[in-house]
Amino acid sequence: MTGLVPQKEGELRGEDSQVRKSGPGAPSYSAVFAERPEGWNRPALIQPSGDGELLEVAMGPHHPSTHGVFRMDVALDGERVIRLKPVFGYLHRNHEKIAEGISYLGSMPYTDRLDYICPITNNWAYALAVEKLTGQDVPERAEYLRVILGELTRFQNHASSIGFLIQEMGASGTPLMYAFREREKILDLFEKLTGARMMVNYMRFGGCRVDASPAWLDATRKVVAGLPQFVDEFDQLLSSNEILMARTQGVGVLKADLAVNAGITGPMLRASGVNYDIRKVDGYGIYNRFNFRVPLGDHGDVYDRFMIRMLEMRESITILEQALKEIPKGPIMDPKAKIRGFRPKPGEAYGRIEAPKGELGFYLISDGGANPYRYRIRPPSLINLTVLEDMCLGHDVADVVLIFGSVDIVLGEVDR
Amino acid sequence: MLGEGILKGMAETAKNFVGSYFSAERMTTVQYPEERITPYEAARVFPFLVYDSRNTADPSDWEAGMRCVACQICEKECPPKCIYIDKSKDKKPDAIGKPQFYPSRFDIDISVCMSCQICVEVCPFEAIKMDTVYELSTDDRFGGLLLDREQLAKSNEYYHRIHPTEAAEVDDRLSEGRAKTDAKITAGAIAAAIRGAEVPATAKAATKPVADGAVEDDAARAAAAKKAAEPPTGAEN
Repeated sequence: MTGLVPQKEGELRGEDSQVRKSGPGAPSYSAVFAERPEGWNRPALIQPSGDGELLEVAMGPHHPSTHGVFRMDVALDGERVIRLKPVFGYLHRNHEKIAEGISYLGSMPYTDRLDYICPITNNWAYALAVEKLTGQDVPERAEYLRVILGELTRFQNHASSIGFLIQEMGASGTPLMYAFREREKILDLFEKLTGARMMVNYMRFGGCRVDASPAWLDATRKVVAGLPQFVDEFDQLLSSNEILMARTQGVGVLKADLAVNAGITGPMLRASGVNYDIRKVDGYGIYNRFNFRVPLGDHGDVYDRFMIRMLEMRESITILEQALKEIPKGPIMDPKAKIRGFRPKPGEAYGRIEAPKGELGFYLISDGGANPYRYRIRPPSLINLTVLEDMCLGHDVADVVLIFGSVDIVLGEVDR
Repeated sequence: MLGEGILKGMAETAKNFVGSYFSAERMTTVQYPEERITPYEAARVFPFLVYDSRNTADPSDWEAGMRCVACQICEKECPPKCIYIDKSKDKKPDAIGKPQFYPSRFDIDISVCMSCQICVEVCPFEAIKMDTVYELSTDDRFGGLLLDREQLAKSNEYYHRIHPTEAAEVDDRLSEGRAKTDAKITAGAIAAAIRGAEVPATAKAATKPVADGAVEDDAARAAAAKKAAEPPTGAEN
């Protein structure tokens, strides 16, 4: 874009600018735009090599791999990917608009259905946003319960996402079933506590819905004591496997600067070597009390993403052990908290957490009514998916499935 | 050595395969229709309406013992709006003998219900609870999945059977509430009795400093006040 010329009042600034400088509805801040090189929003085009025509393939929407309804329109030169266009929206359920029409509490069970692999963290992010809006405190014990359940969620998400990744590599079943066997133990814990394996609807604004009994905590301690053995076995089974290394190393490289510019978060960003974990950066909840490390990758390829998840599972176990040792007795709900019919003061709040897939944020605007005026989700899956084409260009079709699997998405969250 | 990682992995699968014959930890499959896992106590599927067996002649008379008073809070709070309630025109005595409305229609469309339990949380009368029945398939997609009052009503004993701890807590809460209401009624009676007894006393106290000429007048007024206070006292005694 050439240098900006001073504009007349009320005129749009720049060619593709969305920000109105003045006039009705003008923002109170001034926006500064970076210089954008030609084609900044398009990945470098790979030229077809041979004389043949490009073959256009629609991968999906029914089953591009095992992730749900998602389509990739791929242009192929032989086996090589020349262009890739991700198409999503098949699972759109109008979640944000529904949430603007019902009470704050009523959206809580809907958040379970965003990223249905890890409902607890979705609950947590939403509860955090509303607590910021209303200025509620969360009792100590509820914070510990949140951390315990959140880390169990992270563990089972990473285990099953690795399982799916290996499944897409062609190892049909074995690693996935081992992961699911472990996941089932964790889901059993969820069911014992909350009444549902996946659609937990557990967190409330200012605490948690039900208290954990001593028997439940003992059962959790028992399960957590068995997790390191599972990670060791999983490590033995996969990490040094030559086929896995040949298939994943150097495939789907995501450079750190592109990852940062594209807003990638979570294990994907850390696999590219950027040290950014919201548990450390924000220290939301009580995360700054726990000792844990943030694993980082070197190359940003599929193998690094796989390995990061493996290491994060181990870190989750250390957090779980600390939390289960320290968990205090006490109430689990803020005594001032109201279950129904509360109206936050007009204002806005953005609550974000480090969900297993990346930064999950809820942005809420209250106009003082019983419903949110605006309800917006920042879904990590969707934003991590935006660099799919950059990672896939020049690779084979078989690798596309693998790279897509390594992003670790859930379509319920992508389409909302 | 090339292939070492693969061999290590295969040793792991062999361990799991052989181990599945000896350790229950590694053999977790449940042959579902033949074998069943009993649901956990906290498990929830769809809501049902609790009734107390208040009718001594017929304990299964769900209509007489329905706890629901058709306040319609659950209908309003239900996120997918799958509860339909019509309030009755007349009133019926409830558990503590207070006349209350009752739902002349209470339908839950379980094809829409998402088992979120919010209706249970917001119910002030402990009338709606979560069931654990999960085999609910039917060949009638619309009518078969719209449960009415009769299908939803289940006894308190059934509730105790599926969620013992929770049901015991609920019973405690309810009897506490009932005791409180009883106490309120008796307290009201006592207060009225005291009031009846006090009126002449205060009247007498008021008469004391008054001059002789006014005594008769005041005594007559006190007698009238006593007369006015008497009927409720008598009725409550």
